[in-house]
Amino acid sequence: MINEAPTNLWLMIIALAASAYLLKMFGLVVLGSRQLPKVFDRCLGLIPAALLSALVLKDTFSIGQSLVFDARVAGFAVAVVAAWRRAPLIVVVVLAASATALLRAV
Amino acid sequence: MSETRRVVVSSLTLSGAVGIFALSFGVASVSAGASVWQTCALSLFVFTGASQFSAMSVVGAGGSMLAAYGGAVLLAARNLVYGLALSSSAKSVAGNLPRRLFAAHFVIDETTALALAESSPKLRKIAFWTTGIGLFSFWNLGTLIGALAGSAIDPQKFGLDIAFPAAFIVMLMPHLRSKLGRQAAMLGGALCLISISFLPVGVPILLAASAVLVGVRNDQ
Repeated sequence: MINEAPTNLWLMIIALAASAYLLKMFGLVVLGSRQLPKVFDRCLGLIPAALLSALVLKDTFSIGQSLVFDARVAGFAVAVVAAWRRAPLIVVVVLAASATALLRAV
Repeated sequence: MSETRRVVVSSLTLSGAVGIFALSFGVASVSAGASVWQTCALSLFVFTGASQFSAMSVVGAGGSMLAAYGGAVLLAARNLVYGLALSSSAKSVAGNLPRRLFAAHFVIDETTALALAESSPKLRKIAFWTTGIGLFSFWNLGTLIGALAGSAIDPQKFGLDIAFPAAFIVMLMPHLRSKLGRQAAMLGGALCLISISFLPVGVPILLAASAVLVGVRNDQ
């Protein structure tokens, strides 16, 4: 849960909205059809792979700064299998949440 | 079926599917502690899915706003590349400067993919705008419904704390198709797990970004 005041969350949202817009706008309007160096292009393209994988592990195996192994692991396993089999997102989320909820209930 | 109709149908189908994605964002965001208004503001004004999910995932775990912001901005950085990719057809897609500044808000994964899939300037324009406006509408509607639903139930009881990782797994899958993508994912994940216990919450996500350097040495 949030440690800081809700105002700080609003500030973060505003800063993020401005930054996201500037990034989108910079490519489309400012840089025009200039080319980025290949290496730069490739590294930017890898950001989602690196960060999403880190986010998955953080959200499954940690609470704050401690590593934990709890009912979320069941949901994680179910989600991996479902996503691997190309189930639609809503199915993946519902199956994963059900697995975690079920394990907590027993 | 006419070409225009084909483009409009595929744009709107995708938009509807993304609306369902937004439902889970709405639920997960309020479960992480944001208000319904804050959740809706994220979808209206940030409007780039993975960044929104990432920011609220870090905030929900008790991370600092700076760490939440940092990870989200890194994830938004690819929109810069999309803008560049679209800019060669910016004239036909968006026209004059004010319209381009407006169009910029809609430069995301889906609009770029669908616009660039078309070869004629006319169809590109239709694909960009129907996907952009359609997706924006469904994304925000889905967020609102999800946020209202999420604030009415106990997230722990329904296992909703798994909604974030489940959505991240779905978003991650396409990136694992390439060898470089798999390397970056493994290294990023490992860096995060190793550093969780001694870095402030959310900072391991920033550290994981250094895994993109696997792209430097590889020339393919």
